[in-house]
Amino acid sequence: MNNLREFIFLTEPNIILVVMGTLILCGMAALVGCFTFLRKRALVGDAVSHSVLPGVCLAFILTGEKNPLYFLIGAIITGLASLVIMEWLGRNNKTRPDTAIALLLSVFFGLGIVLLTSIQHSGNAGQAGLDKFLFGKAASITKDDVLLFAISSIFIVGGIIVFLRGFTVLSFDENYAQSIGFPVKRLRFILAFITVWSVAIGIQAVGVVLMAALLITPALAARMWTDSIIKMLIIAVFIGLLSGYTGAFISYTAPAMPTGPWIVVMATFMAIISMVFAPKRGYLNRWRETRNNNRITLEENILKLFYGLGEKTGNPNGAIIKEDLNNARSFDPSQLSKGLKILQKKGYVNDVLQTWQLTPEGLIAAQRVVRLHRLWELYLQKYLHLNPDHVHDDAEAMEHVITPEIEAQLDALLGNPQTDPHNTKIPPAI
Amino acid sequence: MIIQTENPSIEAHNLTVIYHRKPVLWNIDFTLPKGQIIGIMGPNGAGKSSLIKAILGLVPVNSGYAKIFGKSFDEVRQKVSYIPQRQTVDWDFPATVQDVVLMGRYQQRGLFGKITQEDKVLAASALEKVNLGGFVNRQISQLSGGQQQRVFIARALAQQAELYLLDEPFVGVDAATEQAIIALLQQMKSEGKTIVVVHHDLHTAKEYFDWLVLLNASLIASGPTSEVFTEELLKSTYSGKLTVLSQVGDQLRERNFPVREA
Repeated sequence: MNNLREFIFLTEPNIILVVMGTLILCGMAALVGCFTFLRKRALVGDAVSHSVLPGVCLAFILTGEKNPLYFLIGAIITGLASLVIMEWLGRNNKTRPDTAIALLLSVFFGLGIVLLTSIQHSGNAGQAGLDKFLFGKAASITKDDVLLFAISSIFIVGGIIVFLRGFTVLSFDENYAQSIGFPVKRLRFILAFITVWSVAIGIQAVGVVLMAALLITPALAARMWTDSIIKMLIIAVFIGLLSGYTGAFISYTAPAMPTGPWIVVMATFMAIISMVFAPKRGYLNRWRETRNNNRITLEENILKLFYGLGEKTGNPNGAIIKEDLNNARSFDPSQLSKGLKILQKKGYVNDVLQTWQLTPEGLIAAQRVVRLHRLWELYLQKYLHLNPDHVHDDAEAMEHVITPEIEAQLDALLGNPQTDPHNTKIPPAI
Repeated sequence: MIIQTENPSIEAHNLTVIYHRKPVLWNIDFTLPKGQIIGIMGPNGAGKSSLIKAILGLVPVNSGYAKIFGKSFDEVRQKVSYIPQRQTVDWDFPATVQDVVLMGRYQQRGLFGKITQEDKVLAASALEKVNLGGFVNRQISQLSGGQQQRVFIARALAQQAELYLLDEPFVGVDAATEQAIIALLQQMKSEGKTIVVVHHDLHTAKEYFDWLVLLNASLIASGPTSEVFTEELLKSTYSGKLTVLSQVGDQLRERNFPVREA
C-alpha cells in the first residue's frame, strides 16, 4: 500500500524520475507509432527496433562509458542504417519487403546479441545493466536519462506538429504528395529519423524486443475510437502514457519484473478494451447491431405472417390457431415463440386460449411492414426489371430498413399504387 | 500512325522507362493537343499508368524527357493535376471527404501555409461539381467505389489546374457514376481544360475521347480518334505482341546486360 501511495503522489524523487522518464518514452512512441501504423509499416518498425541494439553496444565498446547520449547516437545510426539497407534491397535487388524485413531484423539483432555477450564477458565492470536494453528496466532511469528524453521529446513532438500535413498526405497517398510537389523523399527521411529517435530512447523502458508493440498498439487502440487523425494522435499518446504509468508502477513494486513486458501487457489490455467497447468500430456495438437487426427481422416477419393469414380468411385481426402459425412459414419454433413473446410485450399480439390475436396496434404495425414489402417488390419489378417471381426474396431483406422518407418517395415514384406484382392489395399508408 | 500537333499540352521525346531491366516504355515520342479529352489505351502491362507517372516524374525515366506546356513539369506543376488509381490508397484512413479534397489546396499552400476559408469554399464547390455536396463531413471509409472516385476528382478540381491526368478512373465504378464523370470531363473541356485519361474499355473509347494514344510498351499510334480508331491499329496494339522487343528484353535480363551503353 505504501508503494502505491508513494507512486501515485510521486513523493520519492527516484519515483518521479522513473515515472517521468517512462511517460515521455511511451508517449513519444505512441505518437510516432500512429504514422508507422497508418503507413502499414508495423513490421518495419519491429525491424528498426531490433536494429538499434548493436548501435547501443558499439557506443559502449567505443567509449567505454554508459552515457545516454552516446547510446542514443549509436542506436540512431544502426537503426537508420538498417532502414536504408531495407529500402535499397527492395528497390535494387527485387527482394520482397517481408524478406528484407526479416533478414535485417535477425541480422542486426543477432549482431547486437553477439556484441552484448562479448561486452558481458570482457570483464569490464562498467557493463552491468546493459542487458536492460533487451527487455527494458524503467527503474534504472537516471536524471541524465530524463533530461535527454525531455529534450528528445521536444524535437519529436515539434517535428510531428510542424510536418503534420506532410506526414498525413505521405501516409494517405504518397504518389499524390509527390505530384503536388511535396518533398516526399525528405519527408520520408524526417519521419524515419523521428521514428528511429523515439525507438532509440524508448528501448530504455521497453527494450528492443518489445518496442514495436509500444509503437503500434496505442495507434491500433486509438484508431478504434475516432476517425480523425488529430484525435487519433492524441488518444494514442494518452493510451501510451497510461500503459507506461501502470507498467512502471508494477515494475517498481516488483523489482524482479522487467518493465517492458508489463507496459506492453497494459497497452494490449487497453487495445482489447478499445476493440470491444469503442463506439461504432467496437465488436460490442457490431454485435448489438446484429442482434437488433435480427430481432426486428423476426418481429416484422411474424407480423407479416399474421397479416397474410388474416388476408386469406378475410378477417385481418381474427384469432390464429397456434398450429397454423407453426405450419404457415418455416420458423424455427424457439425463434417463433421468442418473437411472439416480444410482440406480446409490445402489445402487438394477445395470447387467447389456443390462439394468437393481433391487437389494433399490432395490425397497424403489420400493415406497414406488408405495405413496405409490396411497394418494394413493385419498385424492383418496375425499375430493376426483375421478374415478379424473383422480387420476393429481394424484398424480404430490404423491407426492414425502409424509413418513412423512403416509403414516401417510393409511393410517389410508383404513383400511389394499389396492387403489387402478384396482384395483391397494397395496404394504405397509416 | 503518329500525328503531331502544334503548341502541344504534353510532349514526350524518346521517353524510355525500364523496371528491373524490363522495358516498360520504349522510345515514346508524341505531342498531345490542348483542350481535348485524350485517351491512353493499350492492353494490360502496356505501360499506360507508367506513361502518366513518367510524365509527372513519379517513376525514374531512363532516357528522353516529357514537357508540359513546353516546360518541365517542375515549372508548371501548378497547372497540372494528377488523379491516381483509387485502389492505390487505403480508404480506411482516418479522414473525412473534406480532408481529402482540401489536399487539392496543399499545392497552393505548401507544407506549412494556412488553409483559409477560401480554400474550404473551393473544396465545397468542387464537391458540388461531382454531386457530393452533402458529403463534406462523411468518413471516407463509408464511401462506395464510385463516390471514392468522385472524391479524387473533386480533390483534383480543387487544385484549379489546366491539365488533368486520370489513371483508370472508371475501374470498379457503377455505370451512373461513369456517365456523371464523363459529363463532368466534357464540361471541363468546354472550359478549355486538357484531360488525359488512362482507359481500357474499347467499347466506350470512340464515344469518350477526341484523341487517342495507343500504347503497347512502344507507341503504336497517336492522333484524332476518328483516324486512329481503326481495326488495323487496334489489332497491332492488342494482339500484336512485340515479340522481338520482349525477347531482347529477356536477353538483357538473363545476361545482366545494361539497357543503355555506359
